[in-house]
Amino acid sequence: MSSVRVDAVGGRGAQLLRWIDARFPWSKLIKEHASEYYAGKNFNVWYVFGVLAAVVLVIQLLTGIFLTMNYKPSALEAFASVEYIMRDVEWGWLIRYMHSTGASAFFIVVYLHMFRAMLYGSYKNPRELLWLIGMCIYLALMAEAFLGYLLPWGQMSYWGAQVIVSLFGALPGIGETLVEWIRGDYFISDITLNRFFALHVIAVPLALVMLVVLHIMALHETGSNNPDGIEIKEQKDENGIPIDGVAFHPYYTTKDLVAIIIFLILFAGVVFFAPEMGGYFLEHANFEPANALKTPEHIAPIWYFTPFYAILRAVPNKLGGVLLMGSAVALLFFLPWLDRCKVKSIRYRGWTYKLALGVFAVSFVVLGILGTLPAVSLYTNLARIFTALYFAFFLLMPFYTSRERTKPVPDRLVYRG
Amino acid sequence: MTKSAAFRTPLTGWTAWPALAFLAVCWPFTTYAAGAEWELERANNDVADIASLQRGARNFVNYCMGCHSAKYVRYNRLASDLELSQDQLVSNLMFAAGRPDETMRIAMPEADALRWFGTAPPDLTLIARSKGTDYLYGFLRSFYLDDSKPTGVNNRVLSGTSMPHVLWELQGLQRAIFEEMEREDGVREQQFVGFGTVTPGTMSADEFDGFVRDTVNFLEYTGSPEQLDSRRIGVWVIVFLLVFLILAYLLKNEYWKDVR
Repeated sequence: MSSVRVDAVGGRGAQLLRWIDARFPWSKLIKEHASEYYAGKNFNVWYVFGVLAAVVLVIQLLTGIFLTMNYKPSALEAFASVEYIMRDVEWGWLIRYMHSTGASAFFIVVYLHMFRAMLYGSYKNPRELLWLIGMCIYLALMAEAFLGYLLPWGQMSYWGAQVIVSLFGALPGIGETLVEWIRGDYFISDITLNRFFALHVIAVPLALVMLVVLHIMALHETGSNNPDGIEIKEQKDENGIPIDGVAFHPYYTTKDLVAIIIFLILFAGVVFFAPEMGGYFLEHANFEPANALKTPEHIAPIWYFTPFYAILRAVPNKLGGVLLMGSAVALLFFLPWLDRCKVKSIRYRGWTYKLALGVFAVSFVVLGILGTLPAVSLYTNLARIFTALYFAFFLLMPFYTSRERTKPVPDRLVYRG
Repeated sequence: MTKSAAFRTPLTGWTAWPALAFLAVCWPFTTYAAGAEWELERANNDVADIASLQRGARNFVNYCMGCHSAKYVRYNRLASDLELSQDQLVSNLMFAAGRPDETMRIAMPEADALRWFGTAPPDLTLIARSKGTDYLYGFLRSFYLDDSKPTGVNNRVLSGTSMPHVLWELQGLQRAIFEEMEREDGVREQQFVGFGTVTPGTMSADEFDGFVRDTVNFLEYTGSPEQLDSRRIGVWVIVFLLVFLILAYLLKNEYWKDVR
């Protein structure tokens, strides 16, 4: 009988690790998802927005917890409790501005993250599910932002919620009943505020976190795409390691850290020096308490919803507008099947897709600008043109991508060190 | 910003492109201007100017707080931010409160205010955040005589306001001068060209502008008192992050040497 037990070899740390590994796959997880997860070594700046979205999620969860400790979800007290946080709670202003800036930052990084997928074909075979889960995250994020926007109980909170909730009323037959069911009342009231609070702090964040876990699991199953759109798994060395891959840890952890700090500098710039961002991150009218008897002159949603708001207003018929707005989001789900081109990356795709993607990006931005402006006829007509271009990008995609003249795709990644 | 005639005509197709380019350039400047009928003068107030904030607080307490509260502003916080001693606070600013830890509330019941003015005077804590300082600076200087109004005055910035000209003794009374002018589309109409003094006040025009600027400055402070701290702290946060950035960049290069 051996007198030395295997467990006792090595220092305290190694012993503890072995103890844990016998009971929980800790080392296995670290290997699979970090130290032996290989990603293409040619990631460019477009590849930082995923990790930045994760950073913002953590900021929102942490600041959200502290806001919840001091916020009162009641129509009588909500507005005053936000001012209490801003003035009387220690560092309350910082927590609140981080949360309000975080909401806009979330959409900025997520929009760029999604655009990256469109640039390099990251939604294509075998990453269709990854894209679909990502789209579900986007939907949950929109719900989370909309629900949270009611909580400060300012004029825009109130009337924005009023406008968006009433959209469901356009559905034939069930519309009005559905709207009452959502509000829990005949108008936006204390009851609505209470349920929006519950959904904002528990239901949707829980769904978001679970979806993010699924998103990462799917990503690590297929492996990350890269700016060349080449599967690095197809070129492996004798140890089975992709030749063009580098381990996520330490290579991308150190590289992402640089990106995270640059992001935090910009984030701090907004939080400390321009938390309202000229009325785009915190709308001026929302510093007036909600008043059910006084409709603001100009109701505009916060900037990240304005492209869809412009599409809604471009249609003279309410039901038509709602359906078109819904399909503007829904079409994104079908992207992996609308795009018939086998080549993933824009680097090797033909001019038709490059042109189409450019038109799409311009349309989205212009619709976003138009959505913040009053609906005068010039703007409405412009919105119609760009709505048509937005939809043309998706609906004509099967045609202009199936006969695309692509360039030859190399076998190995292009890497300029 | 004035609305050009072109904005009223529907444009379609390719003719829209120059307008669109113009729109993209103007867009960041349009939000505040939307409500006002003509260009507002800049308030040019400076929230870091503590002396101006002290004068503004005095003005607010003496001229505004008869009707308007600032119910989220706590007196003792105000004193420490404005570098006032407890004695200075109590003898100069606290006419409406018993204790320094109270907020700036007023005694006028809302029901009475509604009966007297037709609309209750709003709480002013956040007015600079919702309306902007330029708007307030313009509003307080733009009362003019108008016999058709119950208060005897109207306002160029907020037409039909139920607020009386509280500062008339200081500014004096002025009338609005309208001249008949031809618009671009040929229609002749009365257009506002400026104010004319009817009764001079106890202050000169410059003194009065300074008085209003201090008051507006104080309201910007009450709207976001944290800005006195946040800018100072923000500089250090960013300095720290820049140092951290250098270290992280060097660390990244150290690892990526192998890849190259």
